[in-house]
Amino acid sequence: MTLRHISFKNLIRRKGKALFVLAGLVIGVSTVVGIISFVEAMTSDINHKLEKYGANILIVPRTENLTLTYGGLSLGGVSFEMEEIRQDELARVSSIKNARNIAALGPLVLGVVKVDSHRVLLAGVDFKASTILKPWWQMNGRVPDENGVMLGAEAARILNLDVGDRFKIKDRNFSVSGILKPTGSQDDQLVFARLTTAQSLFDKGGRVSMAEVAALCQDCPIEDMVKQISDALPGAKVMAIQQVVKGRMETLGHFKKFSYGISGVILLIGSLVVLVTMMGSVRERTDEIGIFRAIGFRKRHVMKIVFLEAAIVSGLAGIIGYLLGWGVTKIAVRFFIAGHSGSAPFSVELAAGAFILALFIGLISSSYPAIIASRLDPNEALRAL
Amino acid sequence: MSYIVAEELVKKYGTGEAAVTAVSDISFRIEPGEFIGVMGESGAGKSTLLSIMGAMNAPTSGRFVVDDIDVYSLAQEKQADFRREFLGFIFQSFHLVPYLTVFENVMLPLTIIKASRKHKRTLVEDALSQVGLLDKADRLPNQISGGEKERVAIARAVVNEPPVLLADEPTGNLDSKTSAEIMKLLQRLNADGMTIIMVTHSPECARYARRLLRVSDGKVVEDDEMPRNLAIN
Repeated sequence: MTLRHISFKNLIRRKGKALFVLAGLVIGVSTVVGIISFVEAMTSDINHKLEKYGANILIVPRTENLTLTYGGLSLGGVSFEMEEIRQDELARVSSIKNARNIAALGPLVLGVVKVDSHRVLLAGVDFKASTILKPWWQMNGRVPDENGVMLGAEAARILNLDVGDRFKIKDRNFSVSGILKPTGSQDDQLVFARLTTAQSLFDKGGRVSMAEVAALCQDCPIEDMVKQISDALPGAKVMAIQQVVKGRMETLGHFKKFSYGISGVILLIGSLVVLVTMMGSVRERTDEIGIFRAIGFRKRHVMKIVFLEAAIVSGLAGIIGYLLGWGVTKIAVRFFIAGHSGSAPFSVELAAGAFILALFIGLISSSYPAIIASRLDPNEALRAL
Repeated sequence: MSYIVAEELVKKYGTGEAAVTAVSDISFRIEPGEFIGVMGESGAGKSTLLSIMGAMNAPTSGRFVVDDIDVYSLAQEKQADFRREFLGFIFQSFHLVPYLTVFENVMLPLTIIKASRKHKRTLVEDALSQVGLLDKADRLPNQISGGEKERVAIARAVVNEPPVLLADEPTGNLDSKTSAEIMKLLQRLNADGMTIIMVTHSPECARYARRLLRVSDGKVVEDDEMPRNLAIN
């Protein structure tokens, strides 16, 4: 027989009290696990939705000129010589520290072309990257091949072209492969071709006008990503679309703070439940503890018995609390996160954290009762006889 | 020097004018293997004296020495070690742990000592054999009679083979037949060399002792060999 055996047998005997402590801790731990899991699921959901917002970092050539457009309105047809970025340099972006957080990198070549009597802006793009960078694009027709173009809705109207129509740019024949549905953006006025096609048309082989990046990094600020890309491309200017990212960070930050505050209060209540119940248990066992002391148990032996009881119950509460919190979160995610884009996967870290947290609370809350028990004067036991 | 020496023991509860003297200037010596009965009226101070001898109640003044160890000069935790090594306790109300079996109750003092499981098991079985309860080792305290509970308490007190056994009214809750059986058991343990100090109200039980200490108003008023014509051998 060991002290552990004594603790275990006492718990079995006082099932009601043990279950009460267990329930208090399970509620506390499962709530914390539920909240943390739900926050994680929300974060995942928000990240997923933000990916749909497309590019959030722009890479443009470094220039000393100021832009003369505002809200898509160009002032007085003023133009200036455009700087360019070398495409092979752009490849360095894929080797930055947080490269795995880059969802897509879309190089862009811009130039003015004449279609019939209209001057129109032609953009050479990587259509594969564009599906991530511009997920709102909806197209009638198909993705252009090297002799095809995709027209913005407004460009198609003004140029009076439809899917399958043929026309010439710089004496080269092109067909309209697809037409974008109206986006409400500048894209409506553009003609899109493959990047290589556009480079060939503008004689800009291996060079691009700018690049768009869709980067999402939950654990690192967007400023870090911008700096890493700037360091990789010293000849380019890298800009973050701050509003989206900061908004996301702030929303998550507020939600997390609120959640952790609630968790703290619930854990405090759980701790008090353990404290009060363990105190009651120690008082009930005054004579028993007195006997232990009378037959030679040291203070630490008595404390060990109380702590072992707390550890058994709180360890169990940690396991049950995690499973319950995780299960409830899985159900909650289905109801509260539209489209189920968030998820609550089994987390070994969170499970271990819940177990350690439950043990910590159980042991801390039992410290005072354990000290009271260990300080019991054995003579009290004899007086009670 | 005697094995147990009590020197001018005084125990007062409270302070100033409200102080109550429970033990007043008590001195005695006990040799190994003695069987001493401590008798007295209620409130005479015999239980306080027993708790002082049990290393659980420090006297206000005086010394209590066992085997050349000044018990109350030891630190509290060392006093616990002393109780474990030198003393066995038998309480009037048995005070068995209700959720442990008979076997486990007897094992209790061995829980915290370093010895092999096999050795501990042997000690428990020996102790239960001595009190005739080996066949009821797996029962819980509420499944045995009062006399059997007392025997379990005795087995628990002697399982770690302490040199001194302290008994507080060991037959207080038992009928006369069972009381006689218990007293004979104590006598047998004493015959095996154990020093026994027993507090009792019962003159009948006191007759099993070989020496009688009579306490009144906190003082020893009589300290004599049990007269041969009264002693039960």
